[in-house]
Amino acid sequence: MKFNYVLIGSAITASLAGCALLPHSDQERQFNQMMHESFASRGQAGMDRLTQDAVQKACSRSPSDGPLPAAQIAAMEKSQMATVIYPVDGVMTGNWREGEKIAQSGFGKQYSDDPALPSGGNCYACHQMAKSEIAFGTLGPSLYNYGKIRGQSPEIIRYTYAKIFNSQAYAACSIMPRFGHNAILTEQQIKDVLGFLFDPQSPVNQ
Amino acid sequence: MIYKLKPTLSAEVLVIGAVLCALVFPVQAQTSTADSIARYRELLQDDNPADLWVARGEELWKQKRGPKNVTLEACDLGKGPGVIAGAYAELPRFFFDANRVQDLEARLAYCMVNLQGYSYAEATKTPFGNGSEHSDFESLTAYIVTASQGFKVLQPMQHPKERESYLMGEKMFYFRAGTHDFSCATCHSQDGKRIRLQDVPNLTHGDVARGAYTTWPAYRVSQGEFRTMQWRMNDCLRQQRLPNLIFNSDASIALISFLAKNAEGGSMNAPGMKR
Repeated sequence: MKFNYVLIGSAITASLAGCALLPHSDQERQFNQMMHESFASRGQAGMDRLTQDAVQKACSRSPSDGPLPAAQIAAMEKSQMATVIYPVDGVMTGNWREGEKIAQSGFGKQYSDDPALPSGGNCYACHQMAKSEIAFGTLGPSLYNYGKIRGQSPEIIRYTYAKIFNSQAYAACSIMPRFGHNAILTEQQIKDVLGFLFDPQSPVNQ
Repeated sequence: MIYKLKPTLSAEVLVIGAVLCALVFPVQAQTSTADSIARYRELLQDDNPADLWVARGEELWKQKRGPKNVTLEACDLGKGPGVIAGAYAELPRFFFDANRVQDLEARLAYCMVNLQGYSYAEATKTPFGNGSEHSDFESLTAYIVTASQGFKVLQPMQHPKERESYLMGEKMFYFRAGTHDFSCATCHSQDGKRIRLQDVPNLTHGDVARGAYTTWPAYRVSQGEFRTMQWRMNDCLRQQRLPNLIFNSDASIALISFLAKNAEGGSMNAPGMKR
């Protein structure tokens, strides 16, 4: 049944795309105009947030646009990897207790939020982490026992730091926010989240 | 019958509801929020506090108001002046008099201006209720949407501007932007996912998309307010970290056109009740 819905959905989408009214560039112009007339700056969320960077633009394809070409995927991952700024002191893991608070908090960057206060990472919105926290989302994979399973090698720690800093460095168009690249979390906050993931004392690894 | 306030529903029920709400929502076990709502609903014996908004909306619809002192009963919601049965199920649609695609709330604002003589600013000064102040749009919507119960969702696509609204809505659904790179699709294009304990419906096709669309607008238990689709779109985009989505803007209506098209064939069952 589910398969049929997909087929019907694709058929509808394809037929609608077939009766598109305007050439592509006109459609883009019209869309941008609609967006700019439909939003108003509020609190910390200015109109600049409607301006997409190259990654956001490339990752806004609908199913009728088809998948991103393989060459573009590789180029995007390379360009995003180049944005990662590692800690100068080389230390990548911080305090797991602080990391847990960051994982729990969904505060930050909304027009209703006070920009003077630090943002959270809201990891639990999408990931399982400590076993004791049962209110976890499932949009991302489970991170329970993250450090226990993967060990503490410099490579896995470096990978994890970069993944949180810019998720698109490893998976073009990942749905995970680019926490370091977009300045959602500070360097110290990312270190603390790594502490939460890797510290043997952390409830993630119990 | 459905427009009449049920005799069992009273302020007491709402107070009991608030107490139950406090009992139900602390997480005791890993059950989804939908299960908690179902239990809450059972305890209310299938009464929906939205009925209070329905009653207020019916009064507003039939009351002579505005500088021209007329009712909204001559307002054409797409099925002819004053016809509300099934009207919501076929919105948004193109209206020749307004020369644009309108959803219910945009259409109500149009009628307040053009029939009752309000300025647009006066008519829309309280788009969403805030605890101390009710929104006429929320009350009127509760009344109008109730009259579509059992009607099948059908998104009009005859007029070029209706097809355009759908296409713009589709683009917007997949549009990633802001500090978190979120689009609607980030959370609402996969089956069976949750944010924390809250189920996030796949709104792109199928039974889940139909189920979500046909149970909005809804009474929102955690807020003690009746909420409309305009409110729902606005609050989603706030969480996407975008600027404020303007009430009744073309983008808000385009997005609703897209969601309505994806829910076609579902039977309207609103007002719903949500967390």
